[in-house]
Amino acid sequence: MELLSNIALGLDVAITPINLLYAFVGVLVGTLIGVLPGIGPVATIAMLLPVTYGLPPVTALIMLAGIYYGASFGGSTTAILVNLPGEMSSVITVIDGHQMAKQGRAGPALCIAALGSLFAGSVAALVIAAFAPPLANLALKFDAAEYFSLMVLGLIAAVAIAGGSVLKAVLMTLLGLLLGIIGTDVNSGVSRFTFDLPELIDGIGFVAMTMGLFAFGEIAVNLEQADRRSIVTGRISGLWIKWAEFKQAFPAVLRGTGVGTLLGILPGGGATLSAFASYALEKKVAKDPSRFGKGAIEGVAGPESANNAGAQTSFIPMLTLGLPSNAVMALMVGALIIHDIQPGPQVMTSNPDLFWGLIASMWIGNFFLVILNLPMIGIWVKLLSVPYRLLFPLIVLACTIGAFSTNNNMFDVWVAMVFGVLGYIFIKLGCEPAPLLLGFILGPMLEENLRRALILSRGDFTVFVTRPISLTMLVIAAGLLFLIAAPAIRKKRQIVFAEER
Amino acid sequence: MELVRNPKDFLAGLLFMAFGIAALVLSHSYEIGEASRMGPGYFPRVLGILLLGFGAILSLRGLRPTMEPQPQWQWRPLAIVLLGVGVFSLAPWLGVILTSVLLVFISSSASQEFRWKEALVSGAIQAVAVVAIFIYGLGMPLPIWPFFVGGGQ
Repeated sequence: MELLSNIALGLDVAITPINLLYAFVGVLVGTLIGVLPGIGPVATIAMLLPVTYGLPPVTALIMLAGIYYGASFGGSTTAILVNLPGEMSSVITVIDGHQMAKQGRAGPALCIAALGSLFAGSVAALVIAAFAPPLANLALKFDAAEYFSLMVLGLIAAVAIAGGSVLKAVLMTLLGLLLGIIGTDVNSGVSRFTFDLPELIDGIGFVAMTMGLFAFGEIAVNLEQADRRSIVTGRISGLWIKWAEFKQAFPAVLRGTGVGTLLGILPGGGATLSAFASYALEKKVAKDPSRFGKGAIEGVAGPESANNAGAQTSFIPMLTLGLPSNAVMALMVGALIIHDIQPGPQVMTSNPDLFWGLIASMWIGNFFLVILNLPMIGIWVKLLSVPYRLLFPLIVLACTIGAFSTNNNMFDVWVAMVFGVLGYIFIKLGCEPAPLLLGFILGPMLEENLRRALILSRGDFTVFVTRPISLTMLVIAAGLLFLIAAPAIRKKRQIVFAEER
Repeated sequence: MELVRNPKDFLAGLLFMAFGIAALVLSHSYEIGEASRMGPGYFPRVLGILLLGFGAILSLRGLRPTMEPQPQWQWRPLAIVLLGVGVFSLAPWLGVILTSVLLVFISSSASQEFRWKEALVSGAIQAVAVVAIFIYGLGMPLPIWPFFVGGGQ
């Protein structure tokens, strides 16, 4: 069977010593930043991207992917023990996880979070292996018009699914598209918006931009209030789970895995959305929903499985279509481009070792995570006592040096400073920065495909609605826009995202 | 009663409109072309118009009543952190050891719980780590020591 030989190829790549080492480093760093509140996977991946320049592309991607799913894993530790989510994707775990910890059941909570994640991660890796090739084959038939419509759909879906104001998210996407086309226009050779600065000819550095938006701006906001973290746990004893509890939690793990796998594939989806949806589902199917919020183990098992599955399947659109579905995937696309790999359906055939190696490494990485998390939980808890006043200057220094080392040029440091100011303003005005990053990465591709489609159709705009695949995607996009604009759903949407805060 | 009921939306709308206007003004000299043969000015102008239009809608919505609180601006922590980052720009002359310590020290002082001795020690440790990882490990082309003790340009 082809699938088996592909997986064998992937395992071959993933178990080379260097790839094992970097998978381990990735999940270790991911767990670390997952445990520590105040720094997320987006800023971390941007920070470490320059370090991966010297590595083979597959090794670089294995490490960066490990950071992402490792973070969604590590975030649960903080959520359960400290009543503070280490990551957005663990916000919902706080509700029942911390209640369990207060009742002295931190051990089972941590244990089911780890085992659920392992199970979900393994299933999600299988799903990627099974579904990515057909999707890539379909995408190989795409022409410029289809690609344009696909990107429009991706951007609109990302806006629709993300929380907060839709209008603001649309505007942030548009601004991202605009920033993305700064630099030399490939068709005419004209330098656009470069202000005659030679450093801008290749466009704004996305690593520097990400650091400004996601690290500096965030830090400035965090510094406005005093550090309010406090650790409430004493010793965690009995890191094991009783059979009765396991039996109660296992169906939730299954459902969470299903929800996460599905929602991860959607544009705008990923770890966070999956966790929220899974919690809602668990509450709905439970015989006694009133147990939720009081330490129901399903409220930990479901979302923790879902966020790991979602983190992994969000790689599917990125790997098969070149379409990033969230900010982390936008960075991954950037990483591929830096390594001279044009993301898209051809990656699977032109770089099979990269594709299958990455998937196989997710399996291995999930085992590393369980080993890292369960026996070493004490070390992670200790790390939590590092105060923010020591932590944030370290992040600032790492980002500054990371920005410099992308091109060994101070200009990128200044770019990061400018976007730090913008990032602060955006947070204060309630504008999520993630859509901007998606637009930024897709900007040049969107323009290029729009141009190509219209050259082929001799300027006829109906090309986007006369081709069936393109039409389907635009209809879905329009439907989504209509749905989020409809008052009834708007109200419901606000309720769903109100829980987020 | 003030006219602007939701300052967050109102200001955000103005900001996006400003970006839209900037895009339109700056792309003024780029050739538009036509749909079948787009010039470099076509796409930026479309984006500029969309930013201007949607930005205006957002600003107008800011006039509606809402429960949103006023944004509280505190520029001091941001300014101090970015000052620390800016000092690192001098690394080609002052070397990474000194600028790393300064960066950590200055940005630490943005915290309400700033302790200067602790920040100095932490800065020194991090400076050593930077030299080990980025200069020796990854070959980052920056001097270790300032020009006045023999490093730099």
